Amino acid sequence: MKIAVCIKQVPDTNKVEVDPVTGVLKRNGVDSKMNPYDLYALETALRLKEQYGGEVRVITMGPPQAEAVIYEAFSMGVDDGYLITDRAFAGADVLATSRAISQGLKKSGEFDIIICGKQSTDGDTAQVGPEISEYLSLSSVTNVTEIISADAKSITVKRTLPLAVETVKLAFPCLISVEKDIYIPRLPSYLKKQATKDRKITLFTLGDFDDTDPMHYGLNGSPTQVQRIFPPEVNDKREMWQGESGEIVSKFAGKLKELKFI
Amino acid sequence: ALVEEEPVEIVDKSKWNGIAVYVDHEDGNIHPVTFELIGKARELASKIGHEVYCVFMGSGITNSADELLHYGADKVFVYDDEKLKNYISETYTAVFEDFINKVKPSVILVGATTVGRELAPRVAARFKTGLTADCTILDINGETDLIQIRPAFGGNIMAQIVTPNNRPQLATVRYKVMNSPERSDEIHGEKIICKIDGRKLETATEVLEISPKEKVKTIESADVIVALGRGVKSKDDIKIFEKLANLLDGEIACTRPLIEAGWLDAKHQIGLSGRTVRPRLIIACGISGAVQFTAGMNNSEYIFAINKDEKAPIFKTAHYGITGDIYEIVPALIKRIEEGR
Ligand SMILES: Cc1cc2nc3c(=O)[nH]c(=O)nc-3n(C[C@H](O)[C@H](O)[C@H](O)COP(=O)(O)OP(=O)(O)OC[C@H]3O[C@@H](n4cnc5c(N)ncnc54)[C@H](O)[C@@H]3O)c2cc1C
Ligand SMILES: Cc1cc2nc3c(=O)[nH]c(=O)nc-3n(C[C@H](O)[C@H](O)[C@H](O)COP(=O)(O)OP(=O)(O)OC[C@H]3O[C@@H](n4cnc5c(N)ncnc54)[C@H](O)[C@@H]3O)c2cc1C
Repeated sequence: MKIAVCIKQVPDTNKVEVDPVTGVLKRNGVDSKMNPYDLYALETALRLKEQYGGEVRVITMGPPQAEAVIYEAFSMGVDDGYLITDRAFAGADVLATSRAISQGLKKSGEFDIIICGKQSTDGDTAQVGPEISEYLSLSSVTNVTEIISADAKSITVKRTLPLAVETVKLAFPCLISVEKDIYIPRLPSYLKKQATKDRKITLFTLGDFDDTDPMHYGLNGSPTQVQRIFPPEVNDKREMWQGESGEIVSKFAGKLKELKFI
Repeated sequence: ALVEEEPVEIVDKSKWNGIAVYVDHEDGNIHPVTFELIGKARELASKIGHEVYCVFMGSGITNSADELLHYGADKVFVYDDEKLKNYISETYTAVFEDFINKVKPSVILVGATTVGRELAPRVAARFKTGLTADCTILDINGETDLIQIRPAFGGNIMAQIVTPNNRPQLATVRYKVMNSPERSDEIHGEKIICKIDGRKLETATEVLEISPKEKVKTIESADVIVALGRGVKSKDDIKIFEKLANLLDGEIACTRPLIEAGWLDAKHQIGLSGRTVRPRLIIACGISGAVQFTAGMNNSEYIFAINKDEKAPIFKTAHYGITGDIYEIVPALIKRIEEGR
């Protein structure tokens, strides 16, 4: 089975701050890590490989330092890594990101299945997986909670819906987005880390793609525009009740009555 | 320059009219987020003089479509086809494509349900247009540009996003973020039966089985929640608060540490790594108000908080903050409610 996993590098914290003057995210000094939801995608891929044979590659789009997440994936047992990096891709929204990753996936060779995480912890849209499947004309399912079985031509998975659990059979090639907790991700291995620390990562820039139109990527290729970023509102119409508890309780009960809860 | 610059295609916005809502349903049972979105669509449409559309796809759903006309849709486009019995992203995207090409709506609102979150991005990618996820505030300007506000970074920041050069503009919205309009007894608008070429509904994807999940009372569907934090001293004490929840016809929920202690089942957890709730009333008892918790409940209609620390951050989120001991306030409140009956 030829498996490709999409992984993203994200800030290590989501306690981000907005510069009140410029309205820009303060990213300096923030460490990066692998998007935690992608660890579940990786674990799923590695288990499929262990059970059915084949190989697992990872692909990421990001600045040059995003290679760190590829090395982390190597130390978990991934065979190959591809980094899509070019200034032309900067400022991409979901549409432009998915286009670049789809182009990169095509260039990275054949695949039976692409596995994505549920969502990222920064942009947090959960849209990249389904958009990649559209670009590559693949059947896809999200919210996968279990792999039932696979053969040379297809995979059968369980996906969760609000009121039901669905068993779906997808023909290869296809794309799945897995739920967190599908499997417990393995820890990186020190030995594997040592053995893969000099492994070569394949770099893709715009010129490597089939579609080299710069208007299709990055800020130029992004239909959505972020106009401003601001901290969430603090609710200011609040009342504080302090003092003797009998009085507070009367007030409390009175308010609940007024609001028709009792 | 060596590279010939392609002229940027300017979309003719006057050709794209109407605010459309995707009708989320299971076997014709319409998900209530749909009505909330019709209400929002009506508000947006009236600002720019557009109509409100619904697109409803499935099998054996034609009669259910009438319900949408009680909530203020001007036109309901119904695709009723056996091949649409099960939701499959490729076939539903094909129907969506047909609808968009036929109707050319300016805006499409999709409930951020499991299906909506998978379908909307596929449709957006097919039309090479923008999709803003999980919007919490929507407005529209004179240019028919949708002003979309959404949280990111786990709710720690908000972003205002527009899609000024592409149509249609897509946005997903979670359940219980917008207000549902009142159901009117009268029917307004019309139902339009649509057909799609069966070849467009061919797919290699097979839904083998659908098994219903056990129906449980969920905190997401509760109107009233009594939420417990580490101020509760022992597992046994939960009983006290359950009594309050019962009196108010509500459910018990909690912060993560109580789940970790094994006092309650994980499905009771509110917050970033738990459930998002939006009850009419929530009473936070002995909860400090970490952002990972408040992100899951700050859209509740009436938030009460009881905490003995007057500086607890929960008081920034609460509408009514009560400084006091939960072991004093809650039993006294229970007594007061019982006496009042
Ligand atoms: C505050 C803010 C709000 C935003 N809102 C929107 C919005 O509403 N609409 C929009 O179109 N864009 C939005 N963006 C831009 C969007 O976050 C980026 O385009 C991002 O590159 C991809 O989206 P995501 O982070 O939401 O990933 P998700 O769709 O949440 O990620 C799902 C999965 O896709 C894969 N994946 C995602 N990114 C990569 C990558 N770079 N490399 C490899 N695999 C990847 C991973 O498997 C991941 O688990 C926003 C950005 C910010 C900062
Ligand atoms: C990635 C991540 C995800 C997380 N996700 C979640 C999540 O989904 N949900 C969640 O809840 N947490 C989550 N957390 C944990 C979160 O950061 C907080 O640690 C947690 O919410 C605190 O729970 P608490 O308010 O019950 O406890 P504490 O912070 O310990 O607060 C207890 C409060 O009770 C008050 N108190 C004590 N005794 C009394 C009394 N007798 N009467 C009145 N008041 C009293 C104290 O003054 C204090 O304010 C997450 C953390 C991380 C890092």
